[in-house]
Amino acid sequence: MNADRHLSRRTFVASLAGLGFAAARAQAQGFAGLGGEAAGFAPVAPGRKFVFPDDFGAHPEFRIEWWYVTANLHDTNGAVYGAQWTLFRQAMAPGPQREGWANQQVWMGHAAVTSATAHRFSETFARGGVGQAGVTIAPFEAWIDAWRMSALPPLSDETFAPLQLTAAGTDFDYALRLDAKRPLVLQGDHGYSRKSERGQASYYYSQPYFTATGTIVIDGQSNAVSGPAWLDREWSSQPLAADQTGWDWFSLHLDGGDKVMLFRLRQKDGGHYFAGNWIGGDGRSVPLLSDSIDMTPLAFTDVAHRRVPTQWRIAVPSHGLAVDCAPLNVRSWMGTSFPYWEGPIAFHGSHNGVGYLEMTGY
Amino acid sequence: MKRAVWVLAVLLSHWRRHPMQLATLLVGLIAATALWSGVQALNQQARVSYDRAAALFGGARTAMLIDPAHATFSQAAFVALRRAGWPVSPVLEDRVQVNGRSVRLLGIEPVTMPAETASSSAIDRNDLHAFVAPPGRTLVAPEALRDLGLVAGATPRINDSAELPPLQSQPQLAPGVLIVDIGVAQRVLGKPEQISRLLVGKTAHGAGDLPDKVAGATLQWVAPDSETDLARLTDSFHLNLTAFGLLSFLVGLFIVNSAIGLAFEQRLPTLRTLRACGVSARLLNVVVVVELVSLALLGGLIGLIGGYVIAAALLPDVAASLRGLYGAQLPGTLSLQPQWWLAGIAMSVLGALAAAAASLVRLARLPLLAAAQPYAWQQAQRRWLLRQGVLAAAMLIAAVGILIFGDSLLAGFAVLAALLLSAALALPVLLDGVLRLGGKGARGALPAWFWADSRQQLPGLSLALMALLLALAVNVGVGTMVQSFSATFVRWLDGRLAADIYVSAANETQAAEIRRWLATRTDISAVLPGARTEVQIDGAPVEIMGVADHATYRENWPLLRSAADGWDRVHRGAAAFISEQLSRRLHLDVGSRLRIDAPGGDWSLDVVGVYADYGNPKGQLAVNIDALLRHFPDTPQTRFGMRVAPEHIANVIAAMRAAFHLDARQLADQATVKAESKRIFNRTFAVTAALNTFTLGVAGIALLTSLLTLSGSRLPQLAPLWAIGITRERLAVIELLKTMAVALVTALLALPLGLLVAWCLIAVVNVKAFGWRLPFQVFPMQLLELLGVAMVAALLATLLPILKLARMQPTTLIKIFADER
Amino acid sequence: MLKVVSLSKSYRSAQETVDVLRGVSLAVARGESVALTGESGSGKSTLLHLIAGLDEADDGEVWLEDVRVTGLPDAGRAALRRARLGLIFQQFNLVPSLSVADNLAFQARLAGRHDAAWLRELIARLGLDGLTKRYPEQLSGGQQQRVAIGRALAVKPALLLADEPTGNLDEATADEVVRLIRDLVARSGCGLLMVTHSARLAAMLDRRLHLSGGLLA
Repeated sequence: MNADRHLSRRTFVASLAGLGFAAARAQAQGFAGLGGEAAGFAPVAPGRKFVFPDDFGAHPEFRIEWWYVTANLHDTNGAVYGAQWTLFRQAMAPGPQREGWANQQVWMGHAAVTSATAHRFSETFARGGVGQAGVTIAPFEAWIDAWRMSALPPLSDETFAPLQLTAAGTDFDYALRLDAKRPLVLQGDHGYSRKSERGQASYYYSQPYFTATGTIVIDGQSNAVSGPAWLDREWSSQPLAADQTGWDWFSLHLDGGDKVMLFRLRQKDGGHYFAGNWIGGDGRSVPLLSDSIDMTPLAFTDVAHRRVPTQWRIAVPSHGLAVDCAPLNVRSWMGTSFPYWEGPIAFHGSHNGVGYLEMTGY
Repeated sequence: MKRAVWVLAVLLSHWRRHPMQLATLLVGLIAATALWSGVQALNQQARVSYDRAAALFGGARTAMLIDPAHATFSQAAFVALRRAGWPVSPVLEDRVQVNGRSVRLLGIEPVTMPAETASSSAIDRNDLHAFVAPPGRTLVAPEALRDLGLVAGATPRINDSAELPPLQSQPQLAPGVLIVDIGVAQRVLGKPEQISRLLVGKTAHGAGDLPDKVAGATLQWVAPDSETDLARLTDSFHLNLTAFGLLSFLVGLFIVNSAIGLAFEQRLPTLRTLRACGVSARLLNVVVVVELVSLALLGGLIGLIGGYVIAAALLPDVAASLRGLYGAQLPGTLSLQPQWWLAGIAMSVLGALAAAAASLVRLARLPLLAAAQPYAWQQAQRRWLLRQGVLAAAMLIAAVGILIFGDSLLAGFAVLAALLLSAALALPVLLDGVLRLGGKGARGALPAWFWADSRQQLPGLSLALMALLLALAVNVGVGTMVQSFSATFVRWLDGRLAADIYVSAANETQAAEIRRWLATRTDISAVLPGARTEVQIDGAPVEIMGVADHATYRENWPLLRSAADGWDRVHRGAAAFISEQLSRRLHLDVGSRLRIDAPGGDWSLDVVGVYADYGNPKGQLAVNIDALLRHFPDTPQTRFGMRVAPEHIANVIAAMRAAFHLDARQLADQATVKAESKRIFNRTFAVTAALNTFTLGVAGIALLTSLLTLSGSRLPQLAPLWAIGITRERLAVIELLKTMAVALVTALLALPLGLLVAWCLIAVVNVKAFGWRLPFQVFPMQLLELLGVAMVAALLATLLPILKLARMQPTTLIKIFADER
Repeated sequence: MLKVVSLSKSYRSAQETVDVLRGVSLAVARGESVALTGESGSGKSTLLHLIAGLDEADDGEVWLEDVRVTGLPDAGRAALRRARLGLIFQQFNLVPSLSVADNLAFQARLAGRHDAAWLRELIARLGLDGLTKRYPEQLSGGQQQRVAIGRALAVKPALLLADEPTGNLDEATADEVVRLIRDLVARSGCGLLMVTHSARLAAMLDRRLHLSGGLLA
C-alpha cells in the first residue's frame, strides 16, 4: 500500500482541521485555527438578547457552533452509563449562504456511549446545502446522517423539551427521550461566555435540567436507562485566544439539585483561565470569577499514548464546594479525527453527584 | 573467514586469466536479467496504472449503487440513504471533450468519500477548501495535462461550453481523468442534483437493508470487483509479454550454464589442488557458491539497469498497444517499485544457481583424487541421448495432453512451453541421427572424421543449439501469426470500414445540423447513420452497434457464417449478428437466441450471423439501427458514415470542416481511419517483434559463447589432424562447415516447429486471449528470411573462434602433445 | 613423528576385490627422508594418499605427531594437510591462474603460516628468483615442480609427502630436484616420504622401503 493511497477521509478530516473545524466544543483551540482572525464573521458582543425558538437553530453568520448533549444514565440494576451526542457546524468562509454543494458549511457529528468497561464512539461528516446534515427550527430537528435530535411536539420554547435523541455506530446505538420542567439557563454573563482575559468569547446557553429515558445498546445488548442530561448550545466566531492550548470542562449535577458548569483554559505559558456558572435551586445562574475556582488533577491515566488527568479535586470555596471527581471509565477516549477525552464522572466530598468531564489538547 | 577470502582470491584469479569467459558469463546473466526484468517492469507499470484507474474513487474496488435503468439518478437518493445510516458517497461521471480530446470527468464528494476508496485521489489537506469552494479545482495527472496541451491553472471548456475550474496537476492520479467536486461536475455537465452512482463505504452506522426504492429510483447493488476490468482484459497481453520475458531469461541462462560449465571444467585441477592443500570440502563449496552469487549480483544489477533501459524504450509501444487495444491509459514514464529491483536480483541469483546446479552438484561430489579412467564418450553420449529422447517424448505427450484437456489461456501457453521444451530436448537426438546418417554416407578418412567429430561435439553445442532452435521457432511462430493477422486484418478493415467518410458530431444538436446540411448536398450518395450503446451480459460489457440497412454493409460486412436471410431478419429488428468473441464467450451461434435488458423493455434477438471483430476486447452485437433506437432511446445519434464518390471525398471533407469546425478526430475519410487502425495494430505487435529480435540476439550470443567455450577444449582433437598434415586454414574451414551444418539442420528443424508454434498461437492462445481465431497462413518468404538470419547469426558466432584457430601459433598446437597426459 | 600401523585398503569393482594394502606399518622420524619404492600398482600412491588423508583406510591407523589421521572428519584432515603436510605430486598441481609467487605462498596463507623470510629463502634455494611473476604455463617442467616443492615447504610442514615428484622430468633434472628436496627437508627439519620407482633416486635418501603385493618387504 502506498502512503498516498491513504488519502481517504483522514486526509480530508485533517483538511477540515486546517480549515479550523474543531472536534469538540473546546477543540476550538489555537492549534485548530480558531485562535485566528475571524474577519467577515459576525462578532460576539455582550448584551445579546436571546430569542427562542430562533436560537435553537443555526447561526451560519458565526464561524462555529454546536449542539451538545451529555447524559448520566443508569439502568434498573444500577449499572452506570454515559451518552454523548454532538453536532458541530463550521463555516469555511464568511458571507451569504451559498446554495447546494457550493454551501460553505461543513458539519461533523460525534456520538459515544460509556460504561464501566466499554467506551464506544463514532464520527461522521457532511457538507451543508444538500440535506445530509443541518438544523431546522420548525419543527425543530438537528441531524447528520441517521443521527438526530428532534422535537417531540409540542416543543416548549422555554424548556427546549421534549426532544428525541438518536445515534448509532457500528458497535453501539441509543435512543433517548429528553424531558425538562425548568427553563433554559444562560451561561456566563447573560449568555456571553468569556474565554480569555483578552475578550475572546462565545454565546452560550444550556438546559441542565433534562431527564433522559430510553435505551442504550452496546454490542447488541440492550439496556433500559434513565438519568439526568445536559444540553449545551454555543456559537462563536473566535472563542479562543491564540496561546490557549486546550481545556478541561466539567458539568456537575449536584444531589441537592444545583448545577455547576466549570472550565479551565490552559495557556502556553502554564497559566490558566478559569470560568464557570453556579445554577442554584432557584434557577439563577451566577457567573463564577476566575480566582474563585480551583481545579487540581489528582491522578493521570495513559491513554492513546497521552497522559490525561482523569481524577480531579474541584473547589469553589465561595459556594462551599470541595469534591473529588472520578471517571466511570478512565478510557473514555474519543479517538476521532481530533481526539479528546470525554466521559461521565461521579464526585464525592462536600457534595455528591454525577457529571461529565471533557478534556482536550492533551 | 580469512581462509575463505584466500580461497575466493584463488578462484577469482581464474577469471583474470580468462576474461572472455567472465564476459560470457556476465553477458548471459545480464541478458537474462535485463530481458526478464524489462518485461516485468512493463507489466508492473501497467498493473500499477490499472490499479490506480480502478481504485480511483471506487472504480471497481468499492461496492456501488447504480440505477440500472438510467445513466444518472437524483441526489436525493444520496441524502435519503445517508439519513438511513448508509455510508454512501455520490459520484457523477461523464465523458467530455477537452481540447478535442475525450476524457472522463469525475465529480466526487470528498467529505463523505469512504476511507477505503482512498487511492490516488490525494488532495492536499490545504487544498480541500480550494477544491470544494467556488471556483474549485480540476485535478489532473501531469501526463494528461501534457496530452491536453494545457498548463496548470488553465480553465478549459468542456464540450465547448462550460468552463472547468483551474487545472491542478496531481501526480498520483490516473491519466485520462479530470477530477472536480461533485457540485462543479453537476454544474458543468448541466446535470443539477444528478449523480451517476453511490460508492458504499464499509462502516455503516446502523443501516438496515437497502430499501426497494430510494427517492424514486430503483438502485442496484454492484459488488466490488477484486480484479479490474482492465486487468482482466489486458491479462493476455501481459501473459504474452511474460512468456517472452521468460523465454529470453531461459535463453540467457543457457549462456550462463555453458560459461559456468566450462569454467568449472577448467578449474577442476585447481579445485583438487586446493583440496590437497588443505581446503575442506565444505569451505570450498561455500566459497564457490559465494563466488557465483557475487557474480550473479553484479550481472543482475547491470541487467536490471539494462532492463530499465529496455522497458523505457518499449514503454511507448506498450502504452500505445494498450491504449489502442483496450483503452487502458499508461503514464509515459517508468516508475519502479523496490520489489522490482529485489525480484530482478533474486531472479538473477536463482537463475545463476539453477544454471550452475549441475556443476555445483559435481563439485559437492568431487572425489579428491582424479579418476584415471579414460572417458568413454561414446557410451556416455548414448545414455545422454537416450535420456533426452525419453524426456522429449514425455514433454510431447504432456503437450498433446494439455491441448486436449486444457481449456484456458494458461493451458495454451503450457502447450506451447511443453512443445518447445520437447523439441529442444529432442534436438540433440535428431541431430545425432542426421550426423550418423551423414557419417554412413561419408567416403574417405577426413569426411568420416568430420561426421564423427561433429557428433562428439554435440553435447557441448547442444545447449546453444537448443537456444537457437527455440529462438528461431518462436520467431517463426510469432512472425507467422503477425503476418497472418496482418493479412486478415487488412481484408477485415476493408469490410468493416466500408463507408467513405466518417463523422462523429460533438452533440446531437450538431449532428442534426450536419444531417440537414448533408441533405442539401448532391455529391453524397448515401448517409449511413450509426449508433452505439453498451450493456452488460453475463457480467461483461457488450457493445450494441446500430447499423443501417444499406448495400454498403450487406456487401462488405465481414460475416464468418450467417443464416440465408440474415440481413432481412436483422432489418426487421428481432435478429442480430454477433461478433466472434461474443459467440465464443456466450457459446452462441447462428440459430441461438439472446435476451437483452433494455430501458425500452426486454429485447429478444435471434442470432443470424457471426462476424469477425478483431482486436475488440468487448463482445459486440450488430442490430438494425432503428430497432436499437427503439429499445435504447437515449442512445446518442452523433455518428454516421457517408458514401461519397472518390473524386468528391476531399471536397466534402473540406466543406464540412469549414461549416462545422470538425477536427480530425470527428471527421475522417476511410483511408485515414484505416491507416490509423493499422498503425495501432502494428504497434500492438511492435513489442512482441522487439522482444523477438532480442531473443534471437541472445540465442546468437549463446551460440558464440558455446563455440568459444568449445574451441579451447577442442584443440586436443584438432592437434593430431594438424600434426598429420592438415593446415590450420583447412582445419578452420572444416570447423566452420561443421558448425554451419549443425546450425543449418537446427534451423531447418526450427521451421516446422515454428509453424507448429504459430498454429498454437493462432488456434489456442489467441482464441483464449482475444476470443477470435485467425485463418492460418504460411509465408514462405518470411521463413526463408529467418533461415538466412539464423545462418548469418551462426556464421557470425562461428567466425571468432574459427579465426582464432586459423591464426593459432603452431606452438600452441604442439603444447597439446606436451601437456597431454 | 609419522607412524603407520597395520594399514589396509582394498578397492572393490564389479568383478573383484583388490587388496591394495594388507597391513602396512612404518614410521618416519623427524628430519628423516624415506623412499618408498615398488612396482606399478603395488600400492605406493595409495599409501601416500591414506597418510595425507586424501583417501580413507579400511583398517589400521595413521598417526602424525599426536594426531590420529585415520578417522578424522574431512575438515580435520583438511586442516592437517593445510598446516602440517606438504604434498608434491607427479603432475605439478599448480593453480594455472596464479603467478609463481602466489602459487608459492597460497598454502601458507591458507594455513595462516605465511613467513616471508622463509619463502624468500625457498625461492633462492629453488632457483626461482626472477620467475616469481610468471605463470605456471610459462615455466619448464622442472621449474614447475620446484614451485610445487616450494609451495609444500612454505608452510614448514612436519612431513613432506612426494608422489613420483620427478616422474615428468628428465634424469638430470630429476636428480637435481630430489637433491633439492632432500636438502630442503634437512634444512627445515621435517620428515620426507617419497614414492618413486627409481632405485637411483631412492638411494639418494636416508632409508628405503619397498612395497610389494600390499606389504612392506
